[in-house]
Amino acid sequence: MINSSLINSSLTQLSQMLASKQISSVEMTQSFLVRIQQYNPTINAYIALDEEKTMAQAAAADARIAAGNAEPLTGIPFAQKDIFCAKGWKTTCGSKMLANFVAPYDAHVISQFDAAGAVNLGKTNMDEFAMGSSNETSYFGGVKNPWDFDRVPGGSSGGSAAAVAARLCAAATGTDTGGSIRQPASLCGFTGLKPTYGLVSRYGMIAFASSLDQAGPMAKSAEDCALMMNVMAGFDARDSTSLDRPKEDYTRGLNALSGDQPLKGLRIGLPKEYFAEGLDANVAKVVQDAIAEYRKLGAETVDISLPNSQLSIPVYYVLAPAEASSNLSRYDGVRYGHRAAEYDDLMDMYMKSRAEGFGAEVKRRILIGTYVLSAGYYDAYYLKAQQIRRLIAQDFTEAFKQCDIIMGPTAPSTAFKAGEKADDPVAMYLQDVYTIATNLAGLPGMSIPAGFATNSGDKALPVGLQIIGNYFDEARMLDVAHAYQLTTDWHTQMPAGLE
Amino acid sequence: MEWEVVIGLETHTQLKTNTKIFSGASTTYGAEPNTQACEVSIALPGVLPVLNKQAVECAIQFGLAIDADIAPRSVFARKNYFYPDLPKGYQISQYELPVVGKGKLTIQVPAGKHNDAYEKTIHITRAHLEEDAGKSVHGAVEGMSGIDLNRAGTPLLEIVTEPDMRSAAEAVAYAKKLHELVQWIGICDGNMQEGSFRCDVNVSVRPKGTEKLGTRREIKNLNSFKFMQQAIEYETQWQIDTLEDGGKIQQATVLFNPDTGETRAMRSKEEANDYRYFPDPDLLPLIVTEEDKARVKATMPELPEAMKARFEADYGLSAYDAAALTASRDMADYFVAAVQSGAEAKPAANWVMGTLSAKLNAEEKAIADSPVSAQQLAQLLKRIQDNTISNNAAKQVFEALWLAEGEVDEIIASKGLKQESDSGAIEAIIDGVLAANPAMVEEFKAGKEKAFNALVGQAMKASKGKANPAQVNEILKKKLT
Repeated sequence: MINSSLINSSLTQLSQMLASKQISSVEMTQSFLVRIQQYNPTINAYIALDEEKTMAQAAAADARIAAGNAEPLTGIPFAQKDIFCAKGWKTTCGSKMLANFVAPYDAHVISQFDAAGAVNLGKTNMDEFAMGSSNETSYFGGVKNPWDFDRVPGGSSGGSAAAVAARLCAAATGTDTGGSIRQPASLCGFTGLKPTYGLVSRYGMIAFASSLDQAGPMAKSAEDCALMMNVMAGFDARDSTSLDRPKEDYTRGLNALSGDQPLKGLRIGLPKEYFAEGLDANVAKVVQDAIAEYRKLGAETVDISLPNSQLSIPVYYVLAPAEASSNLSRYDGVRYGHRAAEYDDLMDMYMKSRAEGFGAEVKRRILIGTYVLSAGYYDAYYLKAQQIRRLIAQDFTEAFKQCDIIMGPTAPSTAFKAGEKADDPVAMYLQDVYTIATNLAGLPGMSIPAGFATNSGDKALPVGLQIIGNYFDEARMLDVAHAYQLTTDWHTQMPAGLE
Repeated sequence: MEWEVVIGLETHTQLKTNTKIFSGASTTYGAEPNTQACEVSIALPGVLPVLNKQAVECAIQFGLAIDADIAPRSVFARKNYFYPDLPKGYQISQYELPVVGKGKLTIQVPAGKHNDAYEKTIHITRAHLEEDAGKSVHGAVEGMSGIDLNRAGTPLLEIVTEPDMRSAAEAVAYAKKLHELVQWIGICDGNMQEGSFRCDVNVSVRPKGTEKLGTRREIKNLNSFKFMQQAIEYETQWQIDTLEDGGKIQQATVLFNPDTGETRAMRSKEEANDYRYFPDPDLLPLIVTEEDKARVKATMPELPEAMKARFEADYGLSAYDAAALTASRDMADYFVAAVQSGAEAKPAANWVMGTLSAKLNAEEKAIADSPVSAQQLAQLLKRIQDNTISNNAAKQVFEALWLAEGEVDEIIASKGLKQESDSGAIEAIIDGVLAANPAMVEEFKAGKEKAFNALVGQAMKASKGKANPAQVNEILKKKLT
């Protein structure tokens, strides 16, 4: 039963199909695996597949459905970013360093999906240790953007992004340290949410920059993201930065939206810094049109300022590498992971193993991080960056006094061509210019499909609208996104040729 | 030139928690290699630390015990360096903001060749929580080194002093006092062989009377007081000799070799790592409230200083005796048990510090394992008090108790040690002695006091030591005047 009604169905529809025995989880999962076999050799979204494990989960889900204790995601096949440890699965984080690492335990996110009865279709490609915005730093090769195979899907969650866009899964997980869920969502035309820092446990999620990393859903719609958030979010004592707060139902407001102006009274803040130089004109046009649509839905817009925005990238590229340089020290070739075949002594083993095991971008960030933490430089770089980080967070606190939600572009451009920015790290870093500040502030951010932009001679490429909420305001953000998705159909569009 | 040595100590105290400081793995010593290394201990990708509350309570207890400032907010930091037994490539420690701030500890320095016993206050700079590393095991496999991560993540409290000590004796007195204190409050088992209490000693010398500190060398990982004494003495002399020969001291880390009795530089500080400390983003700042402190305080035993003051006030003991009895919790407990069983405080103190301690030392036994119980000692002292036995006889009873030959009264009876207190019988003995020693009687009458003592001795001898000496004295005096 490979048909567009299955691959384009929402999670709720898939759940209903399973509940009504229209299709079994085994059949549904098999359908996606067939699509993966067909398209993955080209797109390279998945880097680990294990049909036996996947089908065993599907069979278990069918038994659970038959027993009448299914949950909303039971039996539905998901793709998991290869940053999450999953017991018995190869877990590589996109690196040669972990190319042969089989995780002996489950990340919190993985066990949450398992407990919900979801099926794990496989592990998705990603930039090495989540460092990148194009998926080109992966040891396992780049990923094709399903809208244009010459282009990148964004990163670092590029494999999950392509899998969602190409309908190679019902939905996927991602992680976002500086924009790694939202920028690929923008470039591949789907809905992605980075929750408030601390909402989803980081236990078992391989660390890049601990104070910024946050897992979230990548799916076709806000409604799907809400259902996934119900599974992913929640306190976990194994992560000291996990927030101990009552469980929420993120779908609770979705069906309450009614009338012509469901968002009446909503104040949308438009940061002037997000519409300034550096933003592609075609992207700006799509974003403005989306905001106009929001006005039609009853929202009002307020001009706001985030005066320290321009410091986000420099601050991020001090703090994230600093944490990464320390987080990646455990990959030393001693206990697991890549070890050089030949070496003279201990120091030589460290140096060769790490020189061979890490790619260029990872090494670049380890070097930057080591530098900014070094004696004599710490105050000027790390400490200063921490101070500015607080100012950036303060900008948002001030802004949220004037508005309920902030909107702007997710990324400065549409998907760029593979290789285009690979040799220019700074141009690559600028991909996250609008997303990084929310990570620094710990705020939730979202990207939803807002239309397409076509540059002369190119294919039409998706554009994302970014929605930034206040702390723990995910439910409202999902409502706001859902209201838009009820009146537009950008999020239902699918790349041509993959039907 | 006269030199002065300046010494500061850093002590790694292994905390007596059930599980590791940042994971649920067991801390039991001596298990098979890597059987107590969970996914956090071996630093698998994706694992995270969770702070052990019991370790925090130990730190608070220590802070309270040394009258220190306990930080309302302290921060865990990463100390970054590569070593095979350090699985994460960094150690989680505390750097700029430790949990315990400035405190103090009063030490008793014993009498030496050139000094009487004295007290001194040693200032504690700080104490911070951190995790221990694993162990490299060389030679377990032919031609290879193994790593045992059972110890990785064991909680440590690193206690740092000001450079307050001026001799090896002071340093050892401090280390012993600290060793007793951490056991007293129950935060450390004190087992030095197993590495539960390890000292790093910073030593420098300077011309006596000058202020400026000399360049220091750090003697690492001393795990016995004897070695500490030897190492400091050797190191001090080495530094003085070096300076007097016109040399300079290089800051360095040194190791003590117990076989040669020498210290030797391990690495110079110039090659030292830049540890790139920064706050650990995986852990929230540690918050200790007044309520936390009060709660911990309520669970703590009476501290040695308080107990010492109480011994002086309640039992009329001298400061010296009170300090000696409170030098260890077990000794104090033993003394209190003896008094509670009816012994008078002063003789009980003398016996515990004298006969009992000497015997324990000679037999290398801890007071907790003493074959003579506090109740038995109290009974023995009661028999001295009520004149049933003499002090000398009491020593024989003590020996018999030690050998488990029975209870006090049984031993007195079976050995016939009951002293003679019948004045008629004593008078008869004395009459015999006087008749047999007319020369001595004459000498006494001529003014020689010594002759009196000789007559007492004769009378005691004639009674086979059983006569009550006080009565002998009294009756003899009456008869001679």
